[in-house]
Amino acid sequence: MSESGIDRLASLFAEARAEGRAVLLPYLTAGIPSVDASVELFKAMADAGADGFEVGIPYADPLMDGPVIMEAGETALARGVTVAVALEVVMRVVEATGKPVLAMTYVNPVLRRGIDTFFGEVAAAGACGVIIADLPADEAEPFTDAARAAGIGLVLFVAPTTDDERLKTILEADPAFVYAVAEVGVTGERDTTSVNSATLAARIRERSNVPIVFGVGISTPAQARAAARHGDGVIVGTAIVRKVLEASSADVAAEQLSAFVRALCASVHSNNA
Amino acid sequence: MRLEKPDDRGRFGVFGGSFAPETLMPALSELEEAFIDAWADPSFHVELDELLMSYVGRPTPVFHAKRLSEELGFELWLKREDLAHTGAHKINNTIAQGLLTKRMGKPRVIAETGAGQHGVATATACALLDLECVVYMGQKDIERQALNVYRMELLGAEVVPVVAGAGTLKDAVSAALRDWVASVETTHYIIGSVVGPHPFPWMVREFQKVIGEELKVQMPTPPDVIVAPVGGGSNAMGIFYPYVGDPDISLVGVEAGGLGIATGKHGASLGEGSPGVMHGAMTYMLQDEFGQVLEAHSISAGLDYPGVGPEHSYFKDSGLVTYESVTDDESVVAFHRLAVTEGIIPALESAHGLAWIIREASRLAGRTVVLNLSGRGDKDVQQVAALDE
Repeated sequence: MSESGIDRLASLFAEARAEGRAVLLPYLTAGIPSVDASVELFKAMADAGADGFEVGIPYADPLMDGPVIMEAGETALARGVTVAVALEVVMRVVEATGKPVLAMTYVNPVLRRGIDTFFGEVAAAGACGVIIADLPADEAEPFTDAARAAGIGLVLFVAPTTDDERLKTILEADPAFVYAVAEVGVTGERDTTSVNSATLAARIRERSNVPIVFGVGISTPAQARAAARHGDGVIVGTAIVRKVLEASSADVAAEQLSAFVRALCASVHSNNA
Repeated sequence: MRLEKPDDRGRFGVFGGSFAPETLMPALSELEEAFIDAWADPSFHVELDELLMSYVGRPTPVFHAKRLSEELGFELWLKREDLAHTGAHKINNTIAQGLLTKRMGKPRVIAETGAGQHGVATATACALLDLECVVYMGQKDIERQALNVYRMELLGAEVVPVVAGAGTLKDAVSAALRDWVASVETTHYIIGSVVGPHPFPWMVREFQKVIGEELKVQMPTPPDVIVAPVGGGSNAMGIFYPYVGDPDISLVGVEAGGLGIATGKHGASLGEGSPGVMHGAMTYMLQDEFGQVLEAHSISAGLDYPGVGPEHSYFKDSGLVTYESVTDDESVVAFHRLAVTEGIIPALESAHGLAWIIREASRLAGRTVVLNLSGRGDKDVQQVAALDE
């Protein structure tokens, strides 16, 4: 693998921009409903048009997540999905789909593994990037350094509550992309479409050309279309995880995700309005 | 060395900091600014001190426990936080944070509670100051502290059960933080201990240090040893802080030994845990080899917490405070003993401190010992009665 994760993420967004479209990055917790089945589900989503993935490394106390992703994490942990097992899922998803994959987790499992060790293992698994939900720019330095050394893109968050001074600090840390929080709140489905996306994107664009990916509260094709209009990409998590948790079998889940991701892609990929 | 305040990254040495979702970070900065502004404003102190005196009942007395002193062979004094309004030290912090909430112009307050003492103290402050109040409480704690649940409701608060995890304090803190991520623009989170992201550990310490400052004035001679129970660690921080660094005074924090350290069912985060990030701060915590937070265990809901305030972690590593533990059983024996010898029913949390003093009596001979009697035991009477049956 000659190209680093950082480079592959940069190419993903550059190509999408050249084509005048946004990318869809579905999230699914590793090992749900089982290790083998979760790899198959990612493959089904790739076949349905997803551009890349977030693979969730489960954590026992996920402060940024709503009840659905919490339940998925608890279930995965109870089934023995450790960091090592989750990274095995990452590796298999990379092999099976050839798409850029990001690992998403929380600070403490990374600290426990050792920051440098963790990023080295993420790179060895073939992932491109890492998202850490409770890591603000203020505490990011040792993580940024380790990520850079491993050629891994570290993603940082910008929220509707982020003020200009913080925004400047976040952008100066040179994230692989900005995870723009579309709703003030934890992950989960919403009935309404975000009213924050346009403003948030404009504030970031004034200062930087960094790719912007919207997440939190995006669960329908209409919401995804609205977010894609203002950014480079869209993350959908809870709606996907819920379908997997509720499906009667892994095959049913695969069929449902396939149809759902197809519908999301139709919205996200045709946003060059 | 004691630190007047954490560094500009909110750290006490390597501990503390702000590991929180970005959505909350601006609110944490806003809170820090509001606190610094209020704490430097004489009018804030006038208002707070007036409420602490006429509403909370401060200063709380120091009581010389003469019968127990005679039995134990040294002088034992009790700092009577159990006599503060609502029955524990928690009110010192909630009144102050309530005033700060008003100053920030936020109409709604959320809080977590374990034993229910902080929930009751928050509900009380919110009733007094006309703030909307929602308290998150673990399902298991709701069952073992039913009286406090009703007290909160009487005071006009909404109590939200938390079924995630083991349904205890850790899960209640997490649920409150999740609420706050969504409600931060209108809501202040009155955290109940010296835990959480910066500036909470520092701010809550400043609001609780009144305990130790009063003690300094009240004791006829300085004590040799000060003992306090440690869950999150706010009562201990409050009584220790003014004395930290004094070479003539030993400070002892007593954690929950639960069913015994060897069983793994305990709440001794400092004694048995390792550094990690929990609830927004770098601190000693109970975690497995993969960095997953472990469930704590204690008979005392207030000590049933797998983390601890980051400044305590700093005190441990710098040797400024010693941390010990006692078991559930030892604390129940101490609970009974204080009741029959002094006519005071202590909270099970406070009984942990007394249990250590009783166990170490021979070592303490001839010394002057102060126990922070952090709360009264009414809330625990039913639970202890059930054990006796």
